[in-house]
Amino acid sequence: MISTEQNIDKRLIAILEQVSDPEIPVLSIMDMGVVRSAVIEDDIVNVEITPTYCGCPAMDVIGDDIKKALKDAGYQSDIDLILHPAWTTDWITPRGRKALEDYGIAAPLDAEADKDVLLNGKRIVKCTNCGSQNTRLVSQFGSTACKAQFQCDDCQEPFDYFKCLK
Amino acid sequence: MKNENLYNYILGIADNSLILGQRMGELCGHGPSLETDIACTNISLDLFGQVRSYFQYASKIAGDGRTEDDIAMLRKERDYKNVLLVEQPNTDFAYTLGRQFLFDVYHLAFLKELQKSTDLTLSVIANKCVKEVSYHERFSSDWVKRLGDGTDESKEKMQTAINDLWTYTDELFHQTEADKTMVAEGIGVDVTKLKDSYYREVSQILEEATLQVPESKYFQKGGKQGIHTEYLGYILAELQYMQRAYPNMEW
Repeated sequence: MISTEQNIDKRLIAILEQVSDPEIPVLSIMDMGVVRSAVIEDDIVNVEITPTYCGCPAMDVIGDDIKKALKDAGYQSDIDLILHPAWTTDWITPRGRKALEDYGIAAPLDAEADKDVLLNGKRIVKCTNCGSQNTRLVSQFGSTACKAQFQCDDCQEPFDYFKCLK
Repeated sequence: MKNENLYNYILGIADNSLILGQRMGELCGHGPSLETDIACTNISLDLFGQVRSYFQYASKIAGDGRTEDDIAMLRKERDYKNVLLVEQPNTDFAYTLGRQFLFDVYHLAFLKELQKSTDLTLSVIANKCVKEVSYHERFSSDWVKRLGDGTDESKEKMQTAINDLWTYTDELFHQTEADKTMVAEGIGVDVTKLKDSYYREVSQILEEATLQVPESKYFQKGGKQGIHTEYLGYILAELQYMQRAYPNMEW
């Protein structure tokens, strides 16, 4: 059985936290939960990253950015893309969720509530601009595959909602 | 090739997503509204991402230097094993969503079973894809209901699309030789077992959409054997253009 736990060498954490998601620059890849392991073996860092969505075009860039950040810190590295265990929005850290909200993207709700807002038109997603829950779904797919489009009916702000993936 | 059945089996799965992804991608910049345009291209992107995982695995199994790009873009028409359903054109938005809906219901049920495969790589890919395809299925069935239970015109168009596409649904449940071998080995999914629940679920959504469930029992087949409708050649002409015009080019 492959572990769902992260395995990251303490010496590498600060370096990896410098690398951000190219599509959501306020969010570090560590807070996103896409780095599953980073270990130093014979002076080479082996990093395993997992995609949020299969077709996520950011993965290649993230891999390159990690390599560069590690190189700047004096490490050679190998990056592996792994699919298992599959990424889930539960891996976004509390700090990551806050960064998303500050950036104008509503953080994912739990699976049940997610279904309610995307399928049953329930108004519970909090507007990232004014905090009202009087918001409605505009489209189940937003500017990227991981997000849906919403609009606030109080302040009229359009915003993205990060869909729950479990 | 040592494991030709597994190779063919993977291609059979992946080609459906590849061709459907290409069809949905055609709507990039041509969707009926900005939101639906983005939704269709996002679905397309999901499907292409899934295809990459399958083809990377197939390339490893082939073990003769064939890359994922070669497999995706350098085969001839008869070597593509996708079902006829996914190559049907974007006649109008009802056809696009009807095609997506009829495939999504199957795709989701198929992936749920593939998660149980004894082949670890396939089960891992299925586990990843099932999450994405759940969203596709929600999106397409939602639209079938919205258009079916909408205006007189949207209802008529949705019904026409479903009636026309219905003839391609039975093929989803046909077994190829590779299928049979893989099912026997515990790797593949026995699609014949998905048929009853598929038609039950599709009928239920069509009824919710106040649409008629087609009664026709005449079905088309051939895609799984590489015998395609006239549409596939044109899809491939566009899909393969860059690799044919500029051989071995890379991003």
